[in-house]
Amino acid sequence: MNRAPLIFLGIFFTVAFSWTGIVLTNHLMYADLQPVFDENEGRAFPQPLPGDALRGKEVYRDLGCMYCHSQQVRHPGFGTDIQRGWGERGSVARDYIHERRVYLGTMRTGPDLRNVGARFAGEGGRNWHIQHFYNPTEVSNVTLSNGRTYGSIMPPYRFLFRTQPIIGEPSPRSVQHLLPAKDQPPVGHEIVLTQRGEDLIAYLLALKDPPLYPEEARRVYVPPAQPDRGEPRPGTAPESTREVLQ
Amino acid sequence: MSATLTESLRPTATPELAKRVELSAIDASTRGPVLYFLGSSILWLILGTVFALIASIKMHAPEFLGDSEWLTWGRVRTAHLNAVAFGWSVNASFAVAIWLMARLARAEVRHAGMLTLAAVFWNVGLTIGIFGILAGDSTSIEWLEIPPYATPILFVAYALIGAWALITFRFGRSQHIYVSQWYILGALFWFPSIYSVAQVMLLLEPTRGTVQSLVNWWFAHNFIGLWLTPIGVGAIYYFLPKVLGKPIHSYYLSILGFWSLALFYNWAGVHHLIGGPVPVWVQTAGIAASFMMVVPVLVTAINHHLTMVGSFSALKYSPTLRFIVFGAVNYTLTSLVGSLASMRSFSEVVHFTQHTVAHAHHGLYSFFTMVMFGAVYYIVPRVTLKEWPSVKLISLHFWTVAIGNIAMIGALTIGGIEQGINMNVLPTNPDGTAGEPMAFLNVMAQTLKWLEWRTYSGILITVGHVAFAINFAWMLWQPRKPGITQPALFRNAPDMEVAR
Ligand code: HEC
Repeated sequence: MNRAPLIFLGIFFTVAFSWTGIVLTNHLMYADLQPVFDENEGRAFPQPLPGDALRGKEVYRDLGCMYCHSQQVRHPGFGTDIQRGWGERGSVARDYIHERRVYLGTMRTGPDLRNVGARFAGEGGRNWHIQHFYNPTEVSNVTLSNGRTYGSIMPPYRFLFRTQPIIGEPSPRSVQHLLPAKDQPPVGHEIVLTQRGEDLIAYLLALKDPPLYPEEARRVYVPPAQPDRGEPRPGTAPESTREVLQ
Repeated sequence: MSATLTESLRPTATPELAKRVELSAIDASTRGPVLYFLGSSILWLILGTVFALIASIKMHAPEFLGDSEWLTWGRVRTAHLNAVAFGWSVNASFAVAIWLMARLARAEVRHAGMLTLAAVFWNVGLTIGIFGILAGDSTSIEWLEIPPYATPILFVAYALIGAWALITFRFGRSQHIYVSQWYILGALFWFPSIYSVAQVMLLLEPTRGTVQSLVNWWFAHNFIGLWLTPIGVGAIYYFLPKVLGKPIHSYYLSILGFWSLALFYNWAGVHHLIGGPVPVWVQTAGIAASFMMVVPVLVTAINHHLTMVGSFSALKYSPTLRFIVFGAVNYTLTSLVGSLASMRSFSEVVHFTQHTVAHAHHGLYSFFTMVMFGAVYYIVPRVTLKEWPSVKLISLHFWTVAIGNIAMIGALTIGGIEQGINMNVLPTNPDGTAGEPMAFLNVMAQTLKWLEWRTYSGILITVGHVAFAINFAWMLWQPRKPGITQPALFRNAPDMEVAR
């Protein structure tokens, strides 16, 4: 008896079955999620990233940051993400709809970065990132009860900086004043952040999800052990969800 | 069985001998492509091991090669993964699959040139791809990092091999389709299907939002489940009974194992997204499928175990058997751990930790790679008609990689669970309320010792790989000695006709 056709059919159908179930069904179900317009703010959420942050995301891709950092906040009651301040709420599918490439990540050698823009913001945030990229152990270290000090195991990214001779006026982009004595450049030289470094920092500063969208607030988000606060008003994402999230 | 008259008169005419002559001609016809694929796979193995060591050291000593952009951790780790997954594993799979297909179909290889061309395409494509990753062109999509400009070259290689496999299967003399062939045919069909879907839906016309993550893990998990696993299990199904000289325990169990694997493994990949921003029902389906994987795994394990029963002493003699049995046992273990780890409560703790790394190596190394080593020790003497030059090197290979591997999986599994508890479980205050989570830097610092262990075990594994590569190269270079009839065994078997 020649079973070959039967085997081939089975081989084909098993993989077609899982593709239909996992990929196609979900593609049809929610690949066309839309941003939600918020009348109070006059804008739709989530907002797409600005251009310099998009270029920064390319640096994030190129250097493989996602192999140590996830970009998804777990919901309250599952893990400790909320307690760690990695976000005010769990991530939902709508947060990612503008992303041409999604970096959910599967490793947390370092902290989740989905809302890192909320933790490090503005001029101070930029300066911290500069110091951190230049020498992670300098800014992040811990002394355990055994008396030993452990520095961050995040790799240094000094190649995102350039040491150059000062010609005429010092560059307004020079950063050595942020660095410790041992990292100072030779006299007559300065350290500047490269464009890639600027972009990467712009990306990190922009990483921040808005408060929960009304529809998800109704469907997905269950506040842990809190009295029922009633239905959030639809169409007013920040207001109503701030209330739910408190 | 009494001999027929012709057999008694002309010993060379025994059916057994005639069969051996035929097999030997088939083996010889596979020589070119098989050696090409194996040679490349071993080169990639060495290169991938070097990348692995660099990545491992960097993870606890980040200043090591710290100023090299090309070797920054995110790139060198990715180069490691692709070198061992697509360089070592896939090249070795091709070699083993080609040899098995020819033997099982009882067909001499026609159009060997097609296969050699495929090997050239595959390895050129991969070289460009890994160079691209080190240069910064990785896609950062797990298991699909090879830059889009290199993938078409890989597709050409696949198309050639697929066409060849169909021809061989079609023109084979064997009427019976042995279970190993099911697995190999399945794998040869599945891989290009999932690879092309993933390329289209992630790189050419990316689907939106987290549907991408579903496509990603549907592919990545199926690369292991529908390509490496069938090749590995198919090889076990062939070599185990072959070396022991007895049939597989149950034909029906092997078929049940095949179809349940084909059905459930497909769906299991979603367990990489548990608790993530994808629909809950599909996570649940992934968990259920992961759990159902217990069926094919146990069925296969029972079948293999019952085949082995009574022959365990052969492990003392045959290198092939030793590697294959190590792999088969770990196939069972890693699959059961996988089913367990996909449960929501367990995943809450160990997801995002080194436990995942341990599990990946448990499957890809302890199971798959060890089976491939065993297969190589069996195949190469038959296609070259030479014997392994050094039994000591085989022994060194086995013990270093076995011990190194167990140490590594052990360290990362325990370390990952510790890391997961520290990171994800809130301590309880004396008054019974939940306390504050452990500070992130403390979690990191506590994990460091396990990461150092990985480097030590990695050094041991590297020694084994070098021993293996030396033995292989030495074998190809040494002249053929016509007198040799003894296979290279760890020690002489008393009265057992064990082959390698
Ligand atoms: C080898 C793993 C690893 C890689 C690769 C890595 N990081 Fe980190 N990262 C860490 C660890 C560990 C920490 C926590 C300690 C610290 O603050 O340095 C961290 C912390 C951070 C923080 C601070 C987060 C916070 O909330 O405290 C940022 C921002 C960051 N990393 C960005 C990046 C970027 C951008 C890249 C890629 C260019 C990157 N990391 C690559 C391991 C890594």
